[in-house]
Amino acid sequence: MDASLKIVIVDENPIRAAILQDGLKEAGHVNVTRIEDTTGLLARIYAIDPDVILIDLENPSRDVLEQMFQVSRAVKRPVAMFVDQSDTASIQASVDAGVSAYIVGNLQKDRIKTIMDLCISRFNAFSRLQGELERAKSALEDRKVIDRAKGILMKAKNLTEEEAYALLRKTAMNENKKIADVAQSVITAAELFK
Amino acid sequence: MTQLRIGFIPLADATALLVAADKGFCAAEGLDVELVREVSWSNIRDKLNIGLFDAAHLLAPVAIASSLGLGHIKVPIVAPFGLGVNGNAITVSPGLHAEMIEAADGDILDPLVTARALAHIVAERKRTGAEPLTLGMTFPFSTHNYQLRFWMAAAGIDPDDDVRLVVLPPPYMVESLTSRQVDGFCVGAPWNSVAVDLGVGCILHFSSEILAHAAEKVLALRAHWADENPDTVAKLVRALDRSAAFIEDPANRGEVAALLAAPHRVGVAAEVIERTLEGRLKVAPDGSTRTDKRYLLIGHNGAARPAPVQAAWLYAQMVRWGQAPLSAELLAAAKGVFRPDLFDAAVQSKGANATAPVDGIGGFAGPAFDAEDITAHLKFWAMKQR
Repeated sequence: MDASLKIVIVDENPIRAAILQDGLKEAGHVNVTRIEDTTGLLARIYAIDPDVILIDLENPSRDVLEQMFQVSRAVKRPVAMFVDQSDTASIQASVDAGVSAYIVGNLQKDRIKTIMDLCISRFNAFSRLQGELERAKSALEDRKVIDRAKGILMKAKNLTEEEAYALLRKTAMNENKKIADVAQSVITAAELFK
Repeated sequence: MTQLRIGFIPLADATALLVAADKGFCAAEGLDVELVREVSWSNIRDKLNIGLFDAAHLLAPVAIASSLGLGHIKVPIVAPFGLGVNGNAITVSPGLHAEMIEAADGDILDPLVTARALAHIVAERKRTGAEPLTLGMTFPFSTHNYQLRFWMAAAGIDPDDDVRLVVLPPPYMVESLTSRQVDGFCVGAPWNSVAVDLGVGCILHFSSEILAHAAEKVLALRAHWADENPDTVAKLVRALDRSAAFIEDPANRGEVAALLAAPHRVGVAAEVIERTLEGRLKVAPDGSTRTDKRYLLIGHNGAARPAPVQAAWLYAQMVRWGQAPLSAELLAAAKGVFRPDLFDAAVQSKGANATAPVDGIGGFAGPAFDAEDITAHLKFWAMKQR
């Protein structure tokens, strides 16, 4: 039954939007449209005529969607945000995750709740993924710095690679610093002595 | 130190808040303020409503709409400090500007003349079957929306039927004018100046020419939170008041502008912000300027002390344009959002504001506004509409 729901995802981040779309597909929602470029957003949404609109909270165009609440001749049917007065826990969870939902027409609350829970978990999963990616990136950067510092020490003090690394590690422990920070100091110092 | 999280939108009228935090006026009151830059009014409203923010830089009409439960969940808000009065402008494309000069019967600086010129252009478009004009504003519950409507309707234009009014996030305004998705817009500083500097827009009117004194942004607090934390409210109001006094001093203008120019604050050239604070704006790509000391009021001329008459006027516009039903209870609730008593409890009032318009609003058209009798205002304008 949910397969008939028309869902629009407004997200400038194509990866996150794809993750969300996959999740919705797994849950049986095949009628999902992604909008990345928000030019002429309202007209495009009216053309799609969705039942549910999902938007990321970093998107300034959220204010554009608020216009749909207004009674005006341009609007085909009334729009309401699914979060009602009794549901502050849901709104808190969705704002924390960085996603917001708007429903068009009279959708049953439990149907929206399933979609919303899925959004929240996918958005949270995405930010965890992004965090891991950042950590992996910075680990890689650290490695490069440490390798360069090792090379400098090996040459200057005639050490083996193991000895150079042991020296970096010992200094880091003594000074209560990260090895990468000590390695960066070695590189900086070497630049100064050039 | 009391920890506070405060949301803001990168606009010139966030200055009092930004300077209060960055120049140590908050710290001096024992407040450790974390400023959070936001991208939409909806986000600010929601984060304030659910308690992720303790306070927020908010559109005055949104504070009222939230308190009345219009368009969204009902969360009573109070405004103990006015962050800015006026500061918007109506900018149109050079093409529309030329058309308006052509159609104008009188001084183009007179809003009634321009509104009539616009009405002429609108009628002409209807007659020839051309697309209606599209004008951008920032939010359904915004001063920009009401100022555009008040201006147009004075010449008999029906803003819901004769033109298209669309919501656009301020940072997208200029781009939309460039790509001709809109023919003009009403937005706050610095976006009008950005459009003029890029040669894609002409400033038609400062909003201070439409309404002499219009509450623009307020410091918004949840009423419940304000009741529970009266000391913190007073400290915050004092910090903002000192900050406003610092901003008012022309000697500090350069420093203030540099501070706001930082990418994590407003992120626009210091020189543009300085012009904004001075009320000296380049209005056309040819470099001509217009100066109005009332262009954006921060602190001075009674701008900081919330005036309930402003809330009454905004509520009257909500009724006029079908956003709210008319009732004495709602009017009282709207007025109750603006809290001069909280302001007075925190700082010494600097006496009456000599330069304020007699009715507190100073609309360019229509009879004086009476906060006690908004039906008179509504009746007058209903009669004016065909």
